[in-house]
Amino acid sequence: MASSIRVRAIQNGDVTDVQTLIQHPMDTGLVKDAKGELIPAHYIQRVSFEHNGKAVFLADWGTAVSKDPYIKFAFKGGAKGDDLKVSWADNKGATDSLTAKIQ
Amino acid sequence: MMAHAAAFPTRRVILQVILQGAGAVALLGLGQAALGVVPALAAANDAYPEDAFRQKSATDAIKLLYGRDHEPSDKVKLDAPEIAENGGVVPISVTTTLADVTAIAFVVAENPNALAASYKIPAGTVPAVANRLKMAKTSNVIALVEAGGKLYSATKEVKVTVGGCGG
Repeated sequence: MASSIRVRAIQNGDVTDVQTLIQHPMDTGLVKDAKGELIPAHYIQRVSFEHNGKAVFLADWGTAVSKDPYIKFAFKGGAKGDDLKVSWADNKGATDSLTAKIQ
Repeated sequence: MMAHAAAFPTRRVILQVILQGAGAVALLGLGQAALGVVPALAAANDAYPEDAFRQKSATDAIKLLYGRDHEPSDKVKLDAPEIAENGGVVPISVTTTLADVTAIAFVVAENPNALAASYKIPAGTVPAVANRLKMAKTSNVIALVEAGGKLYSATKEVKVTVGGCGG
């Protein structure tokens, strides 16, 4: 199965620009389905980014982050070819991770 | 490197702690109880701030997350649309010229739970974040920036024509 994570890390001068898209329903627990029953909350709580094993960014999310979340940030100290690892965990205990190369 | 790993423990690390014995867990529990006086600061360092995300009001969420008041600052630039046609996907970003930024958060005051997202900014990471949030209805959006031990903010009203929380 294809990864739920798509990440693009591009070296731009002395900073690395990171854009990430994650496929996830991000259900709030407030929406009803076609039968009128509440869809239980199902959302990513934490996303972490590590550059060569060092934490460079940490996201804690509630249910108000949009479905299929997008996130963009930048950090210093990266170089082309370095590893950038993205991992997430949701409120049901599911996780996924992906290691990308900085371009 | 170890310091950073300790600051953001993964589930695996937590599992290992649990597997290392109930004694360790009991000690951890005691430690947290002792730190109960400053729960926001203790929690902000590593654990997922579950309580802050459960708060209905922006004020309560901010207090729990940072344990201090925020002051408006023109050095915090919040970029959000005037009008969002689809409250389910509202692009919101913040940048700041403040130095020593350690955390950034977004609060949507009128959402069922006000706190939307909280970010930790380690040294070396650029203090700017872009993300997409859901908005139940027209609301003030507050961007919070923790820098040098103080909490700064910028606020903007976003008008929502179709809410994004099932309304």
